[in-house]
Amino acid sequence: MAYKLAGMVAAAALAISTVAIAAGPTDPQIAHIAYTAGNIDVAAAKQALAKSHNKAVREFASEMVRDHEAVNAKALALVKALKVTPEDNPTSQALSKAAKDEMKKLASLKGSAFDKAYVNNEVAYHGTVNDALKSTLIPSAHNAQLKSLLETGLTLFQEHQKHAEHLASTLK
Amino acid sequence: MNIRRLSPLFAAAAWALLSIPTPAAAAPRSFTIVIDKMKFGPVPAELHKGDIVIWDNRDMFRHSATDKGVFDIDLPAGKVVKMRVTKTGTFPFICKYHPGMKAVLKVAQ
Repeated sequence: MAYKLAGMVAAAALAISTVAIAAGPTDPQIAHIAYTAGNIDVAAAKQALAKSHNKAVREFASEMVRDHEAVNAKALALVKALKVTPEDNPTSQALSKAAKDEMKKLASLKGSAFDKAYVNNEVAYHGTVNDALKSTLIPSAHNAQLKSLLETGLTLFQEHQKHAEHLASTLK
Repeated sequence: MNIRRLSPLFAAAAWALLSIPTPAAAAPRSFTIVIDKMKFGPVPAELHKGDIVIWDNRDMFRHSATDKGVFDIDLPAGKVVKMRVTKTGTFPFICKYHPGMKAVLKVAQ
């Protein structure tokens, strides 16, 4: 299971870096990637809230829904104000595909097995997204407001990653 | 335009309920601490017992100002919450949701 998860995350990271090397993403593509990444985590958290009975896991998932929905609302307002239409792209598609596969796997798990798998994936997922933000998305963003939102997002997601790591260490 | 409103109630901080300002104390002053972009802004350098801290959460996220066992102020996104300071000492606090956010309140007599 761990190897499969790691492979999936590596594939998503590779997809991000491959696109970045081929051509720096444009602002409409960056907005789409960031929004997609947030939506994926909200969906994962909602799955956790539907399946988990662990108080700490549920609190973490609630935080993910609240924070990521807040960022995405801000992102939507920003692209509207800037009259930018988010543009679908291979990175967004790779993230969505990997997330769909992961949700399917998690759906088959129960109890502590689900909790551990969900939280471990949250650690890996935030790590992947944070690396992409640092190495590609923030440096490639041209619009100052978009760049600022991504930077705030990075600070937030790094907090989430630490929270997930701490939570993972407490799950037996 | 971002419209924020004052909370109708002072935040319920345990330490705020424990003591009463002495009549001899200087007139209480108000200090604002702005929270934005996942950071606590500058904290007042000269905070005294009886003063009021105004927590102004301009961020898009819910935060808290928490010194566990001492005070725990809930800071909903875009809201302003007041807290009366009634205890002297040094109080390191964090946002309990995002513990990387941290600062210290120093309160003199």
